[in-house]
Amino acid sequence: MYYKETIRQLYDIGVGSLSIVLIISIFIGAVTAVQFFYQMDGTMIPPYYIGYIVRDMTIIELAPTFTCLVLAGKVGSNMASEIGGMRQKEHIDAMEIMGVNTAAYLVLPKIIAAVLIVPILVSVSALVSNGGGYLASVPTGLFTSGEYIRGLRSFFQVDHVNMMYIKSVVFAYIMTSVSCYQGYYVTGGSIELGKASTQAVVYSSILILIADYIIAVLLTG
Amino acid sequence: MIRISNIKKSFDDVEVLKGIDFTFEAGKTNLIIGRSGAGKTVLLKILVGLFQPTSGEVFFGDVDVCKLGKKEIRELRMQMGMLFQGNALFDSMTIEENIRFPLDMFTSKDMKEKKMMVDKCLERVSLEGINNKFPSEISGGMQKRVGIARAIVLNPKYLFCDEPNSGLDPKTAITIDALISDITDEYNITTVINTHDMNSVMEIGENICLLHKGLLAWKGNKSQVLESDNDTLQNFIFASPFLKRLKDRAMGVK
Repeated sequence: MYYKETIRQLYDIGVGSLSIVLIISIFIGAVTAVQFFYQMDGTMIPPYYIGYIVRDMTIIELAPTFTCLVLAGKVGSNMASEIGGMRQKEHIDAMEIMGVNTAAYLVLPKIIAAVLIVPILVSVSALVSNGGGYLASVPTGLFTSGEYIRGLRSFFQVDHVNMMYIKSVVFAYIMTSVSCYQGYYVTGGSIELGKASTQAVVYSSILILIADYIIAVLLTG
Repeated sequence: MIRISNIKKSFDDVEVLKGIDFTFEAGKTNLIIGRSGAGKTVLLKILVGLFQPTSGEVFFGDVDVCKLGKKEIRELRMQMGMLFQGNALFDSMTIEENIRFPLDMFTSKDMKEKKMMVDKCLERVSLEGINNKFPSEISGGMQKRVGIARAIVLNPKYLFCDEPNSGLDPKTAITIDALISDITDEYNITTVINTHDMNSVMEIGENICLLHKGLLAWKGNKSQVLESDNDTLQNFIFASPFLKRLKDRAMGVK
């Protein structure tokens, strides 16, 4: 049952969020490329640096943080509502009386699934963002395809990818545990359920940003 | 047998149960009755371990459940089945998956055997052939029966029912009462029903406790109800003007 539930969550979080992740990722890359071209235009910095900046910005910061903030809104509120709804409809009580460890059955598969699938979504986001940077700059003539690709292949450090994965796993854990907690302990009616869902998103987002800062300090210090 | 001793329960400053002593007899249909707010649901939730009493003891046989650890409570709960007021059927699962859920969680039986057990339970509640429907596709009365089927699939020793007749028409309510009563006898289960349905009291009440303002106001069985001169009981039973007129007419009161 736990395995089946984990697979369901993997599908819901992974496939269910893929389209929104793809859309935001294209624009993350596009805006980063265009913005940096504007900032660096007329300076002595060679244009291929923009590819390098887009790559590192997305890998280190934008892909994990943006993706997880969006997922906190989409998946986190969904989890809080789902578990909160089960609490209110006595589904959790029913499981408790059957002898089911409800915290383990309802929360653990979500955390495991998120910790496994979010890094994959973030990887996709980083990849697509780099594509988004290309689409926004090369066809519009900001710089050449060769310059952008040269930038993407310059000064690459594997540590940055590791940082991306560390952030993804930590953010995924924060997002799911905070959201499940809000749903699991909801009391009252539909207004309280709405509040729990909102709190899940707000608290997750704040904690993700705090964790982002701490990880950045720890891994770059 | 379930015995409760001096059960008290408070929520913040409100004392809902003020010291209840009662014995729910083994193999019988035990009823907790009383007006809304009397503390029936709180008492039922204490019995099944969803609430901890503020003070007092709950004995299942010789075991005081208030002193059990989480693991022991889970093991005890596998001997319990419960029918909830709102049925608590899992919306995203089919009827078969709902009934099979306890089997999936706690048994290592193969799927064929589980299916046979599900079919047997559905047959027992006269709902053959609805395995693949979802809870939203069946009526309230059918949902109650599915709830009963799920509650008995693991052959429990104890069956708890919270307002099993709420939201049902009188005829369906009688069917549900009869079903619960029959299952209690067939499976030799200790059944505890929380209700304010007079029909249930008079038809299946083998052992009844009346709660009033958090206290035990009366105890007895269905044949003692009409003979009792307990004012609280009489006011509760004949709260309906129609029933009161019938009673007065039967007793020759004009």
